[in-house]
Amino acid sequence: MSDIWESIRNDFPILNRRFNGNRLIYLDNAATTQIPEYVLDGLMEFYKNSNANVHRGVYALSEEATDRYEKARETVRSFIGANRPEEILFVRGSTEGLNLIASSLGKYLFNGKKGGIITTIMEHHSNIVPWQFLQESGAELIFADIHDDGTLDYSFLDMIDENTKIVTVTGTSNVLGVIPDIKKIARKVHDAGAYLVVDGAQLVPHKEVNVNDLECDFLVFSGHKMVAPTGIGVVWGKYDLLEKIPPYMGGGDMIKEVHKYNATWNDLPQKFEAGTTNIAGAIALEKAIQYLKKIGMNKIEEREHTLTKMGMEIFDRMKNVTLYGPHENRASLFSFNIGRAHAHDVASIFDSLGIAIRAGHHCAQPLMERYNVTAMARASLYFYNSEEDVAMIEKGIEKVKQVFRT
Amino acid sequence: MSFDELYSEIFMEIYDHPHNFGTIESADLKSEDSNPLCGDKINIYIKIDENRRITDVKFTGKGCAISMVSASMLTDKIKGMRIEEVLAIKPEEVIELLKVPVGSTRVKCALLPLAVIRKATGINP
Ligand SMILES: Cc1ncc(COP(=O)(O)O)c(C=O)c1O
Repeated sequence: MSDIWESIRNDFPILNRRFNGNRLIYLDNAATTQIPEYVLDGLMEFYKNSNANVHRGVYALSEEATDRYEKARETVRSFIGANRPEEILFVRGSTEGLNLIASSLGKYLFNGKKGGIITTIMEHHSNIVPWQFLQESGAELIFADIHDDGTLDYSFLDMIDENTKIVTVTGTSNVLGVIPDIKKIARKVHDAGAYLVVDGAQLVPHKEVNVNDLECDFLVFSGHKMVAPTGIGVVWGKYDLLEKIPPYMGGGDMIKEVHKYNATWNDLPQKFEAGTTNIAGAIALEKAIQYLKKIGMNKIEEREHTLTKMGMEIFDRMKNVTLYGPHENRASLFSFNIGRAHAHDVASIFDSLGIAIRAGHHCAQPLMERYNVTAMARASLYFYNSEEDVAMIEKGIEKVKQVFRT
Repeated sequence: MSFDELYSEIFMEIYDHPHNFGTIESADLKSEDSNPLCGDKINIYIKIDENRRITDVKFTGKGCAISMVSASMLTDKIKGMRIEEVLAIKPEEVIELLKVPVGSTRVKCALLPLAVIRKATGINP
């Protein structure tokens, strides 16, 4: 069993790098993941053989590029169990996806009307700020709270009523590792006739997701958090809803006809893909999905579960270390503070051992406020991390304690 | 960046006992700023005499060792200086003052106190 994970590490050239004489121990996977050769080769191969703009040329090369781009869309569709390929929109990433949804769904719902948008205190800034923009259009932003252990306080479900238009929640918190029960929320949201948006940035890379099982109306995720390059991500939305809401950006490809003072929209998905998109990125995302599927999403989840359990044991042992988030049912990441040491110093000291972790507010300042801290250190795992990588968390913590005498 | 230099005994000693930590009730100049990267926040309080010479300076704040040590050393340095002289302090001088190699991301931590002092004296960095 452990052998396959060892050979998987060899798929990632960057994991052989050394810093200050130490082997790189990459524990910042919640920020971005590393890319296996299979995906890099796929990206290069596309540029070498099939590169052309899509949906525009009538020549063979452009048709080939278009076919490959659309095949990538089909691969994403099947990966998340969507009903139709037109429901898959290629965007830059989760941030652009959430902005797209907030803007288009917002225009559709709040056009002069008032209504509530419920989000949670643990969201990434990208699932807060785009909704704040809608306050000008009559939206009232309401925050669901969490319990002190980080789990979502579901009492907000009782606040959902006919005034509620949108509920938007993370599929997995990038700080607490909390995995909210989306299905439970979905039922309540739909009973009230509202829409449910799920930020899947930290969910989709780590476990098998089926949008029909989740019962949400929109899902976003980023390729670069699931072994694909940066600059490619996905919005999934229900076909009928995507038909109804207005486009996000205007430009080439998204129109049917343009006159001097108005235009009509192209069909889905082009209606939401203005301009030349990241075509090669979509191909690379397809390769990434093939790579993940070859290992198996269930195997990946299992592997991360094993590593997470190991990590939890370290934090259980450590005195004077605050670990944020629940003990059970947590994703493969650990946000923590050590005694009086500032998270930035913690990260610098980890770095001295070759361990790459993140420190700061993790784009979740309302959550930092909720815990009354300005920053946390965070170690986040992916399936290619080894047991030794996880064990290094303990070494790092010990070194911090030694330096800060805490 | 060498770890042992960065978190040396001397450095940590200053962090444990920073100079000029506290507030001045009757400050003539004061300001606060934060580092968006890490949320570090520093407040500076300055008293000046009629020649715009700094007679006392204190700071409060919550931050990493680098920003706190930088604030301690910088407030020591500017005591007795005239405002014009303070404004002439270059970022490189602050880094030099710290006597430790600071990585490119953490330069912001080291320079936050200088930025707040400049803000207090009415000049934007
Ligand atoms: C929970 C969550 N949502 C959204 C994002 C934003 O993703 P991106 O930066 O790829 O747009 C992130 C990434 O940091 C995240 O962790």
